[in-house]
Amino acid sequence: MLVDTALAVMWAGLTCYALFAGADFGAGVWDLFAGGASRGARQRRVIEHSIGPIWEANHVWLIFVIVLLWACFSPVFAAVMSTLYVPLTLAALGIIARGAAFAFRKVSTELWQQRLFGAFFALSSLLTPFFLGAVAGGVASGRVPAGLAEGDVITSWLNPTSALGGALAVLTCAHLAAVYLCADVARDGDAELARAFARRAIATGLASGAVALAGTAVLHADAPALFHGLTHRALPLVVLSAVSGVAGLALLATRHYLAARVAAALAVAAILWSWGAAQYPAMLVGSLTASQSASQPPVLSACLISLACGAALLIPSLWLLYATFQRANTSEPEHPPA
Amino acid sequence: MPAAIAALGSWPAVLLAGPAGPGDLPAARAQMGFSLAWHIIVACLGVGLPALTLLAEWLGIRREDPALKLLARRWARAMGVLFAVGAVSGTILSFEMGLLWPGLMGRFGQVIGLPFALEGIAFFIEAIFLGIYLYAWDRLPPRRHLLTGIPIVVAGTASAFFVVCANAWMNQPRGYTLRDGKVVHVDPWAAMLNPASPPQTVHMILAAFMVASFLTASVYAVALLRGRRDAYHRAGFAIPFTLGAVVAPFQIVVGDWAARFLSDYQPVKLAAIEGVYHTGSHIPLTVGGVAGDNGLQYGLEVPDGLSLLVGYRTDTVVKGLDQVPRNQWPAVTGVHWAFDLMVACGFFMLGLGVWLLLAWWRTRRSGGGLLDRRDSGGGLLDRRGSRLLLALVALAGPASVVALESGWSVTELGRQPWIVYGVMSVRDAVNPAPGLMTGLWLVLAVYAAMTVATVYVLRRLARGTAVPVAPQEADVRDYPVV
Repeated sequence: MLVDTALAVMWAGLTCYALFAGADFGAGVWDLFAGGASRGARQRRVIEHSIGPIWEANHVWLIFVIVLLWACFSPVFAAVMSTLYVPLTLAALGIIARGAAFAFRKVSTELWQQRLFGAFFALSSLLTPFFLGAVAGGVASGRVPAGLAEGDVITSWLNPTSALGGALAVLTCAHLAAVYLCADVARDGDAELARAFARRAIATGLASGAVALAGTAVLHADAPALFHGLTHRALPLVVLSAVSGVAGLALLATRHYLAARVAAALAVAAILWSWGAAQYPAMLVGSLTASQSASQPPVLSACLISLACGAALLIPSLWLLYATFQRANTSEPEHPPA
Repeated sequence: MPAAIAALGSWPAVLLAGPAGPGDLPAARAQMGFSLAWHIIVACLGVGLPALTLLAEWLGIRREDPALKLLARRWARAMGVLFAVGAVSGTILSFEMGLLWPGLMGRFGQVIGLPFALEGIAFFIEAIFLGIYLYAWDRLPPRRHLLTGIPIVVAGTASAFFVVCANAWMNQPRGYTLRDGKVVHVDPWAAMLNPASPPQTVHMILAAFMVASFLTASVYAVALLRGRRDAYHRAGFAIPFTLGAVVAPFQIVVGDWAARFLSDYQPVKLAAIEGVYHTGSHIPLTVGGVAGDNGLQYGLEVPDGLSLLVGYRTDTVVKGLDQVPRNQWPAVTGVHWAFDLMVACGFFMLGLGVWLLLAWWRTRRSGGGLLDRRDSGGGLLDRRGSRLLLALVALAGPASVVALESGWSVTELGRQPWIVYGVMSVRDAVNPAPGLMTGLWLVLAVYAAMTVATVYVLRRLARGTAVPVAPQEADVRDYPVV
């Protein structure tokens, strides 16, 4: 029970990371494709405004997941980190480049600097989710055995399931970002840009769906255990993801941007939980289950109690953060007198 | 040509060729050491700079002083940049714990997980309120805005406490039992609150405030030396310098506590610090010197000095390195020099604090304030010798960083060859996968680029004239200097 609770909390953290920080990565992807310096300026400003105050807080979800994994399932952490250290190092460097370059661009005033830092920000926003998705693919397809660096250093992440994971991660991040940005832009009264983001959201949503469909064939061949789980125990969640994905597209087409946010988030969350449900109780497919790898009960309960206390502080704080910045910018005086 | 393509296609195999080589352990240590050494500076600024900024903002509101308000906004902008690079470089460390030391994490991850989970919560709160503080500067009434900054300072300090608790555990592993190589009976609270936690955490937190204070003060000391003696630069010098000067004497006392702690709990580290090879009484205190076969050579010796420091008596017995086999000795010269360097820098900053105290006392007697200009009685910066003081404070910034890095080196190098003192060696913890050397080069390249960019951006921020409404709203261009 304690083990399952810890696992669920960790997975909830992963979901939050995907839904919040994933969208921040996606926003970086759109920054990459926003066009030349003057044509893309408006979009880049919107992106900067939306993610600027919140990306650091969103990023913390990753630390939350990593720390819970090592505190509550130490052997899994050691096995995953040691075998998949190549994509994880690359993802870590991408995280550095993304965060630092975003902060640098924000305070740069000259075009060449904004271009340089912007390029690093946008490119790393594309690569980081890809590598994280590849890591997920390596774990989900059972390529990480228990022990230190027991798996293949290369094929554990250069394989069909990892490619699928990486592609899906990038596409869903871009999709989430576009959906979230629609509502942000619409609230600021720019209907034209909102429609542009809605078109992108629909395109990436369709692409995600197509990749996911094609992916079932990949999983069937490359990760049969996962495929079996997804088509049996996790089937309701898979269906939920597909249904809410389609509903989200319909809501976007009819310009119900806020409702589309919920649907898109639900679709992405359902993918993650279907993966979890499909491989439960295995943590490392074929070698370690949750209860075999779990820390001792005092550790699990200490972590969970601390997190519960922390949540009592965090939830009102997060609410304050989002409430402060989700209020319309337009009602603010543009340049208050000094 | 086809050969070239084939070579390109097999690049991962080239970089990760063969099994882990003999260079991979040093590479892993170098990578961990380098990224920690980098992060520790930014982390200290992340803990200390918000306190300085809040102090300036509070004084600015209270005194209705535009120079102080402008200072707070400037510092807040720097804080935004530093926090971002601190957040990402800290994340890399949590990755590296697993990427480089899976042997440690696989076995003991559950023992030291709790402080990291708590640190995660603290860091979360820090990030949330930093977002509010930086971006809602003019959306909130001044006093309420000031309040949103307080959780940043509290949570930043708490983060430092939790992380250093985990490091302290590596020096004083507690809260578990090893049975047949398996960890059982874990008590995560006992592990976190191990004997080394109190001295190490207090020493580190005070260090963070000193580094942030003296680094900031040194920037303004340079500006004042160059003749920019307006109220803005005076305040930018005086606020951090005062905070640093207040902290310095406490840090000396805490440092003494931390060293004394070692004599009881980690005598090998103390023996390496002081170059004591043989257990005995009447042990001298040696400054400088090189580790020879039989003790420190060419150093300056204070007779009975160490015995006196450890036990207040000349016949106090100090344990030497000879209590453990030679292959378990830390690198004596390095640890010893790092310690001496730290102490020297610490006393240098203490001396500057004494100078400030004397100046304060004298200006008080003559009825002036420290920051007053010459025409209103003559403050600190218009006295004789003020240029020397400014030059010394300008040096104190780098000196505080030297003290930080050397002190940290003492803690880490003094623990070698153990990753968990007396329990697990560094060699047993390292990732056995091939290619760690390649990872090191990559990380070095990325950090080099990030260092250049950070310094460049901070310098530009310092020189900028217009300060936007909210410190992070870079797109507002036409905001006048307050």
